[in-house]
Amino acid sequence: MPSLGADMTEGALVEWLVQPGDTVVKGQAVAVVDTAKSAIEVECFADGVVEELLVEPGTTVPVGTVLAVLGEAHEAGPAPTKAAPAKAAAAKPTAKKPAAKKPATKKSVTRKPAAGKRPATQKKPAAQPADRHPPEAGPSTSRVSPLVRRLARERGVDLGAVHGSGPGGRVTRADIDVAARPAGRARTTPYARRIATELGVDLDGVVGTGPEGAIRAGDVRTAAAAGTAAPTRTATPPVTVSPDRTAARRHAIADLMSRSKHEIPHYYLATTIDLAAAVTWMREHNRGVPVAERLVPSALLLKAAAVAAKQVPEMNGFWIDDGQVRSEHVHLGVAVALREGGLVAPALHDADRLPLPDLMAGLRDLVRRARAGRLRSSETADPTITVTDLGDQGVEAVFGVIYPPQVALVGFGKVTDRPAAVDGLLGVRPCVTATLSADHRAGDGAVGARYLALVDRLLQSPEEL
Amino acid sequence: MDREQALAVVRESLTRAVPGADSRGLAEDAVLRDELELDSLDFLNFVETLSGETGVTIDEEDYERLDTLGACAEFVAARSGSAS
Repeated sequence: MPSLGADMTEGALVEWLVQPGDTVVKGQAVAVVDTAKSAIEVECFADGVVEELLVEPGTTVPVGTVLAVLGEAHEAGPAPTKAAPAKAAAAKPTAKKPAAKKPATKKSVTRKPAAGKRPATQKKPAAQPADRHPPEAGPSTSRVSPLVRRLARERGVDLGAVHGSGPGGRVTRADIDVAARPAGRARTTPYARRIATELGVDLDGVVGTGPEGAIRAGDVRTAAAAGTAAPTRTATPPVTVSPDRTAARRHAIADLMSRSKHEIPHYYLATTIDLAAAVTWMREHNRGVPVAERLVPSALLLKAAAVAAKQVPEMNGFWIDDGQVRSEHVHLGVAVALREGGLVAPALHDADRLPLPDLMAGLRDLVRRARAGRLRSSETADPTITVTDLGDQGVEAVFGVIYPPQVALVGFGKVTDRPAAVDGLLGVRPCVTATLSADHRAGDGAVGARYLALVDRLLQSPEEL
Repeated sequence: MDREQALAVVRESLTRAVPGADSRGLAEDAVLRDELELDSLDFLNFVETLSGETGVTIDEEDYERLDTLGACAEFVAARSGSAS
């Protein structure tokens, strides 16, 4: 169970997106985890083959718990008989440290050392069908993990009659699922169902690639992309959130913000930025492109904030154990207000290097997924500086509370026409108030002032953003 | 497309573009951004969907006029009528 944010101590496994035997690649979403804030897709940290899923959907486990065992790709030898991998992930996560800086906590899915395979056995491709595995010589108990045994008991499955599809003929959780399922119609995972609803995909037209033709989330996405499944004409239903979730989210925000105000000596700066050049440039850009590629002022503001963070590295990173840790990359946290209340601040990765159209597309995607409850683990774990843009709410300035362990938070208010002195004359110009809340431990006001002045300067040359 | 048809498309586009926004009980003269708490990205999604559904070109200069359901319906009805 990876740490998916500074405030996370435990998470509930909602659903596996992979099965034992599946080949996975680094960055692939392998599971869905529910935290106090939202459901998050957990991405795999390495390439390999899923050998065993150790945690049942519906189970809540602390950060650091091993979720699954990964084997080397193309070397699906006999199964490890000892459950050795727990070590790597046993590292205690310190709530103060961001997961991005601590690879150990990311190893929630643990790579099995290659030493576990026996040279005598033929190498087999990872996707080898189950019945090719020679039965293990050991007693039958070694073929079944305690978790699988319990599952079988709960579902009334006779283990003796189950065909083991795991390495070495091991009985896996998936085998129990198959044995326990009544014959007939292929099932659809709940997560796949949710995505189908969201994307407007008719499940009847989707080809399932899971065990026994089960429809999985990936199948729905494939169908949606190919347009093979007729979209249902029903509108996307509102995201329903239980009062429990809303209350839990409120608590998580309360804890984090209290901790921020308790630990971080904030200082605040503000400046008014003339956006005439930026807005004029944006209008001109938007005139020539379809609606889908149009920019909004927020995209320019975010880009300027990210580029400035790269150039003033004191603002970009973390304060950990009485010391500053600067980040090489600018992963720009974007505060997204959720309709049912609360907010999340997932990261736009390397925002300083994204061309504006890409940043805009990334922003739209991020906001949409944040509100649909489908963020990815890397997005929630590693923002290096956060931006909150309250312009749409009609206020002129926002003095935000820093997300620990980050050291700065940038705020933008509403873009409004204001009287401004230009070249010795009074003119009316679109302006925005940019603010900076920064950690005084990590730097002084002069550095913050340099940061805001740079944001201003960047916005005067929008074509270079 | 007459006003009545346009209004139906506007409602549907809004619901599709902004998950969680319920336009069914919304008065035709209610200000969308305020009533549904739309931000600029929501509004862009709405414009994109509406434009795609109706084939009507919506320029950035037109955004300000699209402030209520009624105004959107009239805009779409007028533009689609002149186009055909």
